Amino acid sequence: MKREWMTIIEHEPIARNTFRLVLQGTIANDVREPGQFVHIQVSNDFYLRRPVSIAEVDREEGKMTLLYKLMGKGTEELSNKHVGDTIDVLGPAGSGFPLDEIDSNHALLIGGGIGVPPLYQLAKQLHEKGVPVTSVLGFQSKEEAFFTKEFEEYGDVRVVTNDGTLGHRGLVTDVLEGSFDTYFACGPTAMLRAVSEKLDGMQGYLSMEERMGCGIGACLACVVPANDEKGYRRICCDGPVFDAKEVVLS
Amino acid sequence: MMLPGLELKNPIMPASGCFGFGKEFAPFYDLSELGAVIMKAATGEQRFGNGTPRVAESASGMLNAIGLQNPGVDAIIEHEIPFLREYDVPVIANVAGSTVEEYVEVARKISRFVDALELNISCPNVKEGGVQFGTDPALAKHVTEAVVQVSQVPVYVKLSPNVTDIVQLAKAVEEAGASGLSMINTLTGMRIDPKTRKPIIANQVGGLSGAAIKPVAVRMVYQVYEAVDIPIIGMGGIETVDDVIEFLLAGASAVAIGSANFKNPLVCKEIIEELPQALRSYGFTSVEDVIGGAHRETATTGVLRT
Repeated sequence: MKREWMTIIEHEPIARNTFRLVLQGTIANDVREPGQFVHIQVSNDFYLRRPVSIAEVDREEGKMTLLYKLMGKGTEELSNKHVGDTIDVLGPAGSGFPLDEIDSNHALLIGGGIGVPPLYQLAKQLHEKGVPVTSVLGFQSKEEAFFTKEFEEYGDVRVVTNDGTLGHRGLVTDVLEGSFDTYFACGPTAMLRAVSEKLDGMQGYLSMEERMGCGIGACLACVVPANDEKGYRRICCDGPVFDAKEVVLS
Repeated sequence: MMLPGLELKNPIMPASGCFGFGKEFAPFYDLSELGAVIMKAATGEQRFGNGTPRVAESASGMLNAIGLQNPGVDAIIEHEIPFLREYDVPVIANVAGSTVEEYVEVARKISRFVDALELNISCPNVKEGGVQFGTDPALAKHVTEAVVQVSQVPVYVKLSPNVTDIVQLAKAVEEAGASGLSMINTLTGMRIDPKTRKPIIANQVGGLSGAAIKPVAVRMVYQVYEAVDIPIIGMGGIETVDDVIEFLLAGASAVAIGSANFKNPLVCKEIIEELPQALRSYGFTSVEDVIGGAHRETATTGVLRT
């Protein structure tokens, strides 16, 4: 992991309050697994960096794509940055989806809202490994939906919106039927809990988020209870991806 | 430079709780470059800390309520201190507890493995103990005496700013045998989210740190410097080399850098590298030359040195 001033080479809105940001720099060369993230210092006025997951990476070209949602002052200021500007990035951080260990005949990917992005690079790499992929993508409404076409390149896609303006009306847990042997989920903790209860017994991986401090494992701000003697995991460095059996979702 | 128990290459050290036990920062730079390392708090038993969220941003600062999460004093001695001991850097153990007995037990055990103790009587984020010892001069004196008695190394007492008169507390722990002071801990604060109508931090109240508290810290160091004869490790919102000089002028003999490590994990190393040039540019010949300078400056009209 290192700190680097990365250059913005593309930056555009792709859905309501959602932006696509492409950064160039050597941190992209260091990305090991889908599901890792970068910790962005929007400007020196902010005391906490913003963790943003990596949606796509091109190691050879040194480029990575981040998708983020406007959540407050920090992300709003980030959205005002222009192509050609540089930003202070710490990364790549965290451990992602352990692709090498995964032996699947049909993978189920479940993303909720701004939890969808890290699954995109995962879908791509599973597809490259020859694993059939079905992606369940949940959004609040059509205006918030993104990347539904892009995921189709790597397998079946089931779109769900809370208000029914696109795809199935309801929740991602309504459309999880199928003969899958492994699932990968990223989204709000309530969604992760519902998914892991519904798919209890299936091998699963959860990517979690939490308000973070240092992003490197030192401050213990972003912890989640764990099912062992140690009793906890640090989301920023032990995760953000965990085996579903490893952590306790509250 | 020498402080009780500490031979410092420079006056810069990471503050307790912002640097873990050093491992996470070791990939960024050689920890031997630091003046010292102040470890995350140790308690008698393992503690899991508070619920999440544990941090929230605020103007020029942040709130935290980690809740003294740590693996317990025995595990720290066995698994954490040996790593730091591989570096050529003095190690200070931050000692916390809920009762005088716990403080004493932790201090007795850990003091054999470190160069100094920082007695944490000022953590605002735990329900029992912690800050109650730091806001009552009689209790502060009592716990300091007990810890000084069992410690093999000099004891620095970390003072809370959440008091009416910090000088009273400083004098009480000096009388109790403290070899030095470290100040300040965080100021208690709260943020509420209009969308949820609830405090953002699960513990509701958190400790405010960052540039927002620096003027409070400088003022307190200045006041305490005039009242005591023991050295002060100053901290609270330091993020530049000028901030370091400000604390030294107020009366600190060394400084600790906390939240700024989250903005920039290399901040301690960068400030250490910038310090000699900054001292020269302000007309100082050494760090010792700066300490307490604001109390001695006699020029009646401002002399600007740049």
